[in-house]
Amino acid sequence: MIVVEILVSFFLILGAFFALAGSIGLFRLRDFFTRLHGPTKATTLGVGSIVIASAIYFSFLKEGLSLHEVLITLFLFITAPVSAHFLAKAARHQRLHQDKDHADG
Amino acid sequence: MQGNRWIPHPLMTIALIVLWLLLNNTFSFGHILLGTLLGIMIPWFTNRFWPERPRICKRRLFLKFFFVTFLYDVVVANLNVVRLILQPDISKLQPKFIEVPLDTDDPMVISLLANVISMTPGTVSTEISADKKTLIVHGLDVPDEQAAVAEIKSRYEATLKEIFTC
Repeated sequence: MIVVEILVSFFLILGAFFALAGSIGLFRLRDFFTRLHGPTKATTLGVGSIVIASAIYFSFLKEGLSLHEVLITLFLFITAPVSAHFLAKAARHQRLHQDKDHADG
Repeated sequence: MQGNRWIPHPLMTIALIVLWLLLNNTFSFGHILLGTLLGIMIPWFTNRFWPERPRICKRRLFLKFFFVTFLYDVVVANLNVVRLILQPDISKLQPKFIEVPLDTDDPMVISLLANVISMTPGTVSTEISADKKTLIVHGLDVPDEQAAVAEIKSRYEATLKEIFTC
């Protein structure tokens, strides 16, 4: 059981780290287009790891095989690129300022 | 897998059954029955929405592409983006729009390519030109435009094109 707990903790911390990095990216990056990268990207692995941790925890330490977490990843993988694409497309059509010299974007 | 009148989209039927069982988090007989019913009914009612079935011609290559190339790239590129975001001097980033000329006119290949580009961190597909010949991609850090275009074309587009041409 201790092995399982270590595994769960590992994935939770890994996921939290990537989610945090994504948020830091949102804060530090300067213009709209680069900001798109932080949350849509670093979070895929972040959410992925947390989902794996959840599946392991409920499968081994609770009532039995639990796989519906996989669906979260599935839906995220389907929706994230589409929404990112539309946000970027809308921004392009609005001719949103693309920051070149790192003035406030 | 060929569809027929009763099961027009066999792959979608299987996917829906699996989806239903996962949603309910159970593999009990009753839910398998109910899932099968839904898996047969939903393709019927939405049949007119799917004019043609996507053809995955090289099935093994598709699995290899998805589970080896794609997942590997997602992980590696995630680490890359994290490194870029956390570097002390963020103004060293060179974000840029790059234009990827497309070699294919298959809408399935183009949309999958755009999705793969968006899912692998560091690049987002932003727009496809009206004549469907160029995909405009925004890269978070593009020191060498030619190399980035070449990598997208050789690593993703060529493989996807091969998977969907019979």
